[in-house]
Amino acid sequence: MKIVIIKYNAGNARSVSFALERLGVSPLITDNAEQITNADKVIFPGVGEASTAMNFLKTNNLDTLIKKLQQPVLGICLGMQLLCKHSEEGNTSCLNIIDANVKKFKGDLKIPQIGWNTVYDLKLPLFKNVNENSYFYFVHGYYLESCGSTISTTDYIVPFSSAINKNNFYGVQFHPEKSGTVGEQVLKNFIELK
Amino acid sequence: MLTKRIIPCLDIKDGRTVKGIHFENIKDAGDPVELAMRYCKEGADELVFLDISATNEKRKTLTQLVLDVAKNINIPFTVGGGVNSVYDVSILLNAGADKVSINSAAFNNPRLIKDIAQRFGNQCVVLAVDIKFENDDWFVYLNGGRLNTGKKALEWIRQSVDLGAGEILLTSMNNDGTKNGFACDITKLVSESVHVPVIASGGAGSIKHFEEVFLKGGADAALAASVFHYNEIKIGDLKKQLKIKNIEIRL
Repeated sequence: MKIVIIKYNAGNARSVSFALERLGVSPLITDNAEQITNADKVIFPGVGEASTAMNFLKTNNLDTLIKKLQQPVLGICLGMQLLCKHSEEGNTSCLNIIDANVKKFKGDLKIPQIGWNTVYDLKLPLFKNVNENSYFYFVHGYYLESCGSTISTTDYIVPFSSAINKNNFYGVQFHPEKSGTVGEQVLKNFIELK
Repeated sequence: MLTKRIIPCLDIKDGRTVKGIHFENIKDAGDPVELAMRYCKEGADELVFLDISATNEKRKTLTQLVLDVAKNINIPFTVGGGVNSVYDVSILLNAGADKVSINSAAFNNPRLIKDIAQRFGNQCVVLAVDIKFENDDWFVYLNGGRLNTGKKALEWIRQSVDLGAGEILLTSMNNDGTKNGFACDITKLVSESVHVPVIASGGAGSIKHFEEVFLKGGADAALAASVFHYNEIKIGDLKKQLKIKNIEIRL
């Protein structure tokens, strides 16, 4: 199986790659259009700032490429947020694959949310063999509102989408590559998607 | 609910874990990757690696270490020590670090905080600040605690958060190495003064001390080194005890 991690300026591609290697698969980190298009699974990681990342994707024609992908795609953290319509971070128009918006946390709690929080209302297949209220690691100052594509919810200031799915596109706000064994289970489930 | 975090810290010198008291009398405390893996298994929520050698040639050793850690552990980790530029940060993040802590370089050039935050997001900028209580106030110290800047701690911390620091790693030099407990008062003051998470550091000696720094100090995370290195406190036991006290903890 060919697994590709999209290489761009806002990725923690290396960490994601190491996590997959611990599961026994050897992903390819690339920004090559042909390699991405021909992969069996595509992971779209992300650590960084939305407008900078989006500009980079556009400059390198990765935005149109990602939208056309037919195989399972997993956006992680910023990668998931970029799948949406719009982000308040840098007032950024995103890829518009998921019909929902990314908003800034506003409230009494610490921002960004950094640390381990629970996920609930889990939907298959991404959360196969994952218990309700399992802890995952989050680092983010912006969140994706609840929407028709929500497949898990987490509470921080407000209930938000901690994972989404629409057709072949999946997204997780938490970092499965940094969430211990439950995180590895989610990555494994993604790899095993038909 | 978001949990409080328990963070073992590994001070690194020439690729080995070391521990000193009051930033002095450095002793060898083992292989960092082995220790990191042990902590990970025991339930640590995160790890911090601080390179206290931090000269240019040692930096390559550090990058290799970061790679080895990233390959072997599945929880987040922060790397710091001698980070001077956006370039330094990119090297460490590319090697697999999740966050980078900056200390003296940020104090001497506050613009650095802004540059890193803009390039990589403020979630990866941990401002480490070493503070000491004297003449009725807390002051910022640099160079591993040797240089008094004369700047008040709260003032600098507020400024750094405005510039883009996403987290504060607050080390009280009065408490560090004493095992007499964390500096709860200043931790609480800092935690209430800024909107970003605060990691309390310095002084952990017992499970009670962790309980205090979360309940009285308002810390979001607590960091310790020697009590974990030498197995004086087992992370699993610590977390169970904190959970019994109704502190949100990941078990």
